Amino acid sequence: MTKAGDDVEDIEIHLLLEALFRRYHYDFRHYAPASIKRRLKQARQQLGFHSFSALQDAVLHDAAMVPRLLNYLTVQVSEMFRDPGYFRAIREKVVPHLRTYPSLKVWIAGCSSGEELHSFAILFREEGLLDRTLFYATDINPGALEIAASGVYALDRIKAFTENHQMSGGKSSLSDYYTAAYGRAVFDKTLRSRVVFSDHSLVTDAVFAEAQLISCRNVLIYFDRPLQDRAVGLFRDSLVRKGFLGLGSKENLRFSGHACAFTEFVREEKIYQRREP
Amino acid sequence: MSGAAAIVIGASAGAIQALSRILPALPAAYPIPVLVVVHIPPDRSDLLAPLFQARCRLVVKEAEDKEPILPGFVYFGPSDYHLLVEADRTMSLSADEPVLYSRPSIDVLFESAADAYGASLVGVILTGANEDGAAGLRAVAAAGGVALAEDPVAAFAPAMPSAALELCAEAQSMSLDAIAAYLVGLGTS
Repeated sequence: MTKAGDDVEDIEIHLLLEALFRRYHYDFRHYAPASIKRRLKQARQQLGFHSFSALQDAVLHDAAMVPRLLNYLTVQVSEMFRDPGYFRAIREKVVPHLRTYPSLKVWIAGCSSGEELHSFAILFREEGLLDRTLFYATDINPGALEIAASGVYALDRIKAFTENHQMSGGKSSLSDYYTAAYGRAVFDKTLRSRVVFSDHSLVTDAVFAEAQLISCRNVLIYFDRPLQDRAVGLFRDSLVRKGFLGLGSKENLRFSGHACAFTEFVREEKIYQRREP
Repeated sequence: MSGAAAIVIGASAGAIQALSRILPALPAAYPIPVLVVVHIPPDRSDLLAPLFQARCRLVVKEAEDKEPILPGFVYFGPSDYHLLVEADRTMSLSADEPVLYSRPSIDVLFESAADAYGASLVGVILTGANEDGAAGLRAVAAAGGVALAEDPVAAFAPAMPSAALELCAEAQSMSLDAIAAYLVGLGTS
């Protein structure tokens, strides 16, 4: 039936991803294919191209097309304190260990538009750790990093954020941290005064700092197995001994080649601890 | 059809009662894997697999990222994630935004499964109060697979199977018992 047509599309997608990598060094070639295909179909339709080949032609010859395409390929809309149980476990089980360090580095890998970063900054302020912590917030999408660095979110999302924050064991009111104006919530800039925002790829870049805690949630599910292994290897090499790694609620290290470098710290919340080397 | 390699089922309001007429009917040695997506609120922990494991002869489990799709299993998509089928017949999860207000989305499962399995896929849309799954069922039929929808007249919530039958001209309308009998028959042919 349409099998031949599908095959042409798969070839086109392969070539488009290859073009994006060779021309701009954005490497989606080892992302889980079904999801990438779905996102590319959306991009093709909404950017108004009749085929992936036509989209590829535009991407190769017009650099302005790249950020527009990246917004389809990368942007995750998350919530603050998504999976409140995760943040409760960070607060109750991980923070007591973090308190023993005079200074802290925390890496939010694949931070997208910054919801998770702000969640951590608020939690760390509540726990009195913010002033001794340096956050690295990294993503490959410069547009998403800009939103994260601005700390501005639509006001209609705040209700869900507030509920999550309370369920996570929040010790203050979320409204202490933002001002509302013109349908937007602007989060307190002092939450971001100790944050380094940086363009970093788990696919192509290397270790850049040593951290006590890395949180990377709902990023690995977009990678194929070998790429997942590469990213987990980066995390292993970036963590201090007995440092912590938090993953998404449906992600785990069971099948990773680096599983033996970690122990399960809070199993049900996918929080791992780096073993002694 | 030349032998089914997988079955995908989507259901929403009234899903548990409808699935209870279908999944327990499948025999222990059923040779075709079954993937199910049900709309459930994200804050509900994933109770569907344990619930149906108690009633089914097949192994019922929550689908995991990168897990191979095997006969003898019924896989439920976890709440708050999309479930997709890869060309190498493994499953992957995504936290992409909801489609038609739904995550998991039936369309996302059916369209990716149609891509992976082509003509050897059976898609089934059951009861539900929205239009998720209609485009997915059309994709299943367009790839040469079999498209079934629960008879809207008898469905707990008719909107979803009605929308599927309207959008997908090839889809056959069947009672729950007829769907169960058809799927059981696929396993013995």
